[in-house]
Amino acid sequence: MDAAAALERLQEISSQVRAAVIFERGGKVAGATLADDQRAKQVAEEAEALLADAEQRRDRADDDEFAQLEVALQAGSVFIVRDGDRLIAATTPPEPTVGLVFYDLKSCLRELAAPAAPKKRSPAKRKPAAGRKEKTDAKS
Amino acid sequence: MRSRNLLTGMMLGAGSVAGTLLFRRRLARRRERVDVYFGDGSMISLAKPDEAEPLLRRARQILELAG
Repeated sequence: MDAAAALERLQEISSQVRAAVIFERGGKVAGATLADDQRAKQVAEEAEALLADAEQRRDRADDDEFAQLEVALQAGSVFIVRDGDRLIAATTPPEPTVGLVFYDLKSCLRELAAPAAPKKRSPAKRKPAAGRKEKTDAKS
Repeated sequence: MRSRNLLTGMMLGAGSVAGTLLFRRRLARRRERVDVYFGDGSMISLAKPDEAEPLLRRARQILELAG
């Protein structure tokens, strides 16, 4: 599934996600619900910077990698979820159902990572047997 | 009569305690904070203004950009 399809599906299943941007480490945008590409890139850059700030808050250097974060604000919430090198940043209205939003964002990234399902083959048309000939009138 | 007054007083007391708890819970949920989850299942929550403010500022910027 490509990023656009994954985001479209995310918006179908989640009524709480207002906007979302899928990006890679380094800020390369793979897809966004925002119409403006420049804004999507800025969101990805800010999200990456936010992530870097958050990762510095780890108590121990040997702690595992960042998995997800939520920033709750009066105006709404910002979520960032990671799956491998790919990340998704999303915004929601205030007081969202946090677990549900995380689940939907993770599903979106997993769908993106999953290989495309093979197309079903249409049943092959039978060819008439090669050796068989139509019966012809032997007398003619 | 006295037992009725006592019961009314107890109910009023219980109601006000429940109301206070609900109000405090709601207030706590509305507080601005950052929750970071790591791959090993650990989590840190930043709510103090001095430690959370730089992250909150970036998040506000994201909300503004995303419209």
